[in-house]
Amino acid sequence: MNMSIQEFLQHMANGISLGSLYALIAIGYTMVYGILRLINFAHGDIFMLGTYLTFYGIIFTPIPWYIVFILAPALTGLLGLVLERLAYKPLRESPRITVLISAIGASFLLQNLGILVFGGRPKAFPTPAILEKVLNVGGVSIAIVNFVIPIVTVILLIGLNYVIQKTKTGMAMRALSKDYETASLMGININGIISITFFIGSFLAAMGGIMWGVKYPQLMPHMGVLPGLKCFIAAVIGGIGNITGAVLGGFILGLGEILLIAFLPTLTGYRDAFAFILLIVILLLKPTGLMGEKITEKV
Amino acid sequence: MLKVTNLHVSYGGIKALRGININIEENKIVTLIGANGAGKSSTLRAIMNLVKKDQGRVEYDGEDLTNLKTMDIVKKGIALSPEGRRVFANLTVEENLILGAYTREDRGEIKKDMEKVYALFPRLKERSWQKAGTLSGGEQQMLAVGRALMVRPKVLMLDEPSLGLAPLLVKDIFDIIKEIHSQGNTILLVEQNAKKALEIADYGYVLETGELVLEGPGQELLNNERVKEAYLGEAK
Ligand SMILES: Nc1ncnc2c1ncn2[C@@H]1O[C@H](COP(=O)(O)OP(=O)(O)OP(=O)(O)O)[C@@H](O)[C@H]1O
Ligand SMILES: [Mg+2]
Repeated sequence: MNMSIQEFLQHMANGISLGSLYALIAIGYTMVYGILRLINFAHGDIFMLGTYLTFYGIIFTPIPWYIVFILAPALTGLLGLVLERLAYKPLRESPRITVLISAIGASFLLQNLGILVFGGRPKAFPTPAILEKVLNVGGVSIAIVNFVIPIVTVILLIGLNYVIQKTKTGMAMRALSKDYETASLMGININGIISITFFIGSFLAAMGGIMWGVKYPQLMPHMGVLPGLKCFIAAVIGGIGNITGAVLGGFILGLGEILLIAFLPTLTGYRDAFAFILLIVILLLKPTGLMGEKITEKV
Repeated sequence: MLKVTNLHVSYGGIKALRGININIEENKIVTLIGANGAGKSSTLRAIMNLVKKDQGRVEYDGEDLTNLKTMDIVKKGIALSPEGRRVFANLTVEENLILGAYTREDRGEIKKDMEKVYALFPRLKERSWQKAGTLSGGEQQMLAVGRALMVRPKVLMLDEPSLGLAPLLVKDIFDIIKEIHSQGNTILLVEQNAKKALEIADYGYVLETGELVLEGPGQELLNNERVKEAYLGEAK
C-alpha cells in the first residue's frame, strides 16, 4: 500500500467530485422528506431522466451544450413537479404507506418508460471535449471535470441556501416542514410550495445526473437505482430533512467510497456495500443521523 | 360584517357544532365562551375552512367565503391565531412575523407593522433573531398574536390567547387586545377566562355542546345568572 502524494490528491479530487454529485441528489430526498415526510423513491429515476434529457438535448438539438446543461435540468424540474401532481398530490390525505407505494410504483413506471422510450441499450454520454481535458498541476493530473463539478456544486449550494434562508418562499418551505395548518393560516399556498420543492429537488438531481454522465459516460434506464439508493442513504446519514446534513452525507459517502478503493483495492468489489455499512454504523451511533435533530415540542 | 349562518361540523359522525349563528359587526370585540369541548375552536376552524363544514355559510362583507381555501380566506383579511401558539419553532421570531405578512406586498407598511408589533411586545424585539422554539411559553404566545397582527387582518380571531400565561401576562394580553381593537380592528375572541373576555367584549355568545344557548352584550352576560354560575364560578 504505497501511495504517492500525487496519487492521493488524485483520489481526493475524484472523491470530492463524486461526493458533490451525491450531495446534489441527496438534497432532493431530504427536501421532499422535510415537507411531505415522504421518501420519494422515484428520485433516482428523475436523475436518470435528467441525464437522458441532456443526452438528447446535445445530440438532437443545435443548442450549445452549456445551455443544454441548464435547460435539461429545468425541464427535469418540471417533470418532477408533474410527478408530484400525478402520483403524490391525489394521495395527500391518504396514509403514508399508500404514498410510499405510489412512489415505488412511479419509480418502476419511469424505469420501464425509459426502456420503452430511450431503449434498453446503453448510450454514451456526449461529454463536451473541453471537460475531458486533463490538467497537470505539479505532477498531479486531474481531469477538468473534477474541478468543474465541485465548483458548480458550490455555486448551486450557495444559491439554494439563499433561496431557503433569505426568500419568503424559503421561509414558507421551512414553515411547511413543521406545520401545514398554521402555514395555510399565513396564507401560504401549500400546493405551490410543494411544487417548488419538487422542482428544485429534481433540478439538482438532473445537475447531479449531468455530472454523473460526464464521469461515468454510460446511460441506461435503470442507471438511477443505485445512485438513488446511495443518495437516499447519504440523506439519512446526514439526518433526513436537514439539507446541510444531506450535503455532508453526500460528501462523506463519495469520499469514503473512493478512498476505500484507493487504500484497500482488494475491497473494490464491496464498493457499493460501503454505503450500507456506513449507514448501519452511523445509525447505531446516532439514530437521528449526523445533523438530524431530536423532535422536541414545547407544550 | 362577518356572518356565520347555520354552521354544522362533525368529526367522524360525531356532531361538534349544530347550527351556529354568529354575527360580528365591524370594529367590535365579540367573544365566544363555553366549556371545554363546547366547539369554540371548531367554530373558528370552520370559518377558516380548516375543518369541513357539513352545512352552513360564512359571509364577509356580503361575499361568500364558505368554500374558499384557507389561504384565500386569509387574503380576504381574516386571520386566526390558533389555539396552542403554533409558532414556527424552526424559524426566528422575525421570520415568524414576516410569514404573518406572507400575502402582503406593501413592504413599507409591513416594516411599520413589524415595528408596531415590537412596540406592543418589546420582549419580541430583544429576541428577534432567536429561534421561536427557544422562546418561553408566554413569549411564544405573544409571537402568535403578533404574527396574526402582521396579516393586518380586518377580522382577527384569537383562540385562547391567554392560555397558559401567568396572571400578569394575562392582563397584558387583554390590554393588548383592547389596544388592537382601538386601532380599528374587529376581533373575535375565544377564551377560557370568561370574565375577562366578557368585560372587554361588546357582544358575547355562549356555546354549550355545539349549540348557542345564550347571546347578548358583554355586560349583560356578565350579569346573567346562568353565566355567572356556569362560567364565572359565582354561586347563586
Ligand atoms: N380533529 C378532531 N377529531 C375528532 N374530534 C374532534 C376534533 N376536533 C375537535 N373534536 C371534538 O369536537 C368537540 C369540540 O371541540 P373544540 O376543539 O371545538 O372545543 P373547544 O370549545 O375549543 O374546547 P377547548 O376549550 O377545550 O379548547 C370536542 O368534543 C372535541 O373532542
Ligand atoms: Mg379550543
